[in-house]
Amino acid sequence: MSTSIAVAQTFDIARVRADFPILSEMVHGKPLVYLDSANTSQKPLSVIKATDDYYRHANSNIHRATHLLSERATGLYEGARKKAATFLNAADPHTIVLTKGTTDGINLVAQSYGRTFLKAGDEIVLSWLEHHSNIVPWQIVAEQTGAAIQVVSINDAGELDQDEYARLLSPRTRIVAVGHVSNALGTINPIKAMIAQAHAVGAVVLVDGAQAAPHLVIDVQDLDCDFYVLSSHKMFGPTGTGVLYGRKTLLEAMPPYQGGGDMIASVTFEKTLYNQIPYKFEAGTPNIAGVAGFGAAIDYLSTIDRQAALAHEDDVLEYATARIREIPGVRIIGEARHKTGVLSFLLEGAHPHDAGTILDKQGIAVRTGQHCAQPVMDKFCIPATIRASLGIYNTREDINALVKGLFKVKEVFGV
Amino acid sequence: MSELSDLYQEVILDHNRRPHNFRVIDGATAKQEGYNPLCGDRLTLYLTLEGDVIKDAAFQGQGCAISKASASLMTDAIKGKSVEEARDLFEHFHAMITADTDTQQEDMGKLSVLAGVREFPTRIKCASLAWHTMKAAVAHETDAPVSTE
Repeated sequence: MSTSIAVAQTFDIARVRADFPILSEMVHGKPLVYLDSANTSQKPLSVIKATDDYYRHANSNIHRATHLLSERATGLYEGARKKAATFLNAADPHTIVLTKGTTDGINLVAQSYGRTFLKAGDEIVLSWLEHHSNIVPWQIVAEQTGAAIQVVSINDAGELDQDEYARLLSPRTRIVAVGHVSNALGTINPIKAMIAQAHAVGAVVLVDGAQAAPHLVIDVQDLDCDFYVLSSHKMFGPTGTGVLYGRKTLLEAMPPYQGGGDMIASVTFEKTLYNQIPYKFEAGTPNIAGVAGFGAAIDYLSTIDRQAALAHEDDVLEYATARIREIPGVRIIGEARHKTGVLSFLLEGAHPHDAGTILDKQGIAVRTGQHCAQPVMDKFCIPATIRASLGIYNTREDINALVKGLFKVKEVFGV
Repeated sequence: MSELSDLYQEVILDHNRRPHNFRVIDGATAKQEGYNPLCGDRLTLYLTLEGDVIKDAAFQGQGCAISKASASLMTDAIKGKSVEEARDLFEHFHAMITADTDTQQEDMGKLSVLAGVREFPTRIKCASLAWHTMKAAVAHETDAPVSTE
């Protein structure tokens, strides 16, 4: 069932690239240069094989049947939960809720915790850097409860205004929801300090870790966060699954999010008793194959020296920033002191969308648009950016290809 | 294989640099916003209708070369046409940018420079934004922005 992966002592980029089959794909007759990992990461062979193996050797429902296949499926599913707990350094796997992904995790907390404990006059603090998925669920619960939303602004570099954050916190603040790393700009927020400040006024903190998980080592105990959410697909696992870590006492106090099978202890028409955490938040048959792949993705990351991988990514990001900045007419959006994985920019005279099409024809995949972060775009008074985002498999050669591609864009547009 | 030069023809690049009818019509009889939130293309279309005839058409906004050139060419094409003729033109235009390459197309005149879009499926929404906006404007269907995403 499981693929054994030899433990690499240092970061071997050639070997990492060889682990990802899609990197040898040709697109439009050109070798693929994949610079869209903040959108979704590519998957190593071990993850692809784990989902395939599940369907070949274990396909059945979890927690329900007495037969061997169900035992295997349950083992894969609960094994992934334990792996996720280790990945986040959560003390207890029961504090790990398996979700559909980051968006699902945030909606769960907003509707279960927020809707139960917020009341009129309470405040939710968000930031201008947030992805729409860490804005809209809070707007919905604010409307339902009468709570108000406060927003921390950003400076010209794309960093949160920490003075304003301190001013916005008050005894009215019940929830702070903030991204660990910005998907649009790559800014790493100082969340450990922000969490301590929020706790000082009695607020709970949800950290959107979707963009942090593939790059940074995460320790929920050290951060002391109340909720941490992430998506498997951004960290080399399959789509459609992810994790909500929650502080045990909070999860236990929260009502179920959705009703259905597997989330109950007993059902009668008089009184239904809910299951224990985390199962009371996991109604219905989940994405078992996806979770099996997610477990393999965490295994994959555990074979990699994360610090060495991050140093490699930082080198590629610094190189990209320097090379792109040299191109006449380029404006880089987001120059925070602490960044990871993302380079957002504009090219004068060529709309990002046109640049995206021209780059695509050269085999280069970037994202163009608002990146589900319209407030960030509004803040910089721009409609969209070109975003090159990195995974552990990217190289300086990928950046050279991007630079060459951008000169082609300039040639087509005569700028 | 489709070529970039099929999409980014000189005529399109010209319309992008110097769009026709890129202005506000004061006292327009119809005004409609079009917005593709994922890519950020946004335009406001102004029409002056006299009875059933589009006497004047203009637009303002920001967007990619394809959406701007399409709005520029469309406003040229619908001026002087009846609402019914403009709707017909939209149907033919839509067929042109979404059809299989082999399908015999009606002669679309100047609009045919946008036929290359059909080889770039992700860009169809760019080329059609102005047209959907026009369709809503003449129908007074909605005050909400039109989207092609």
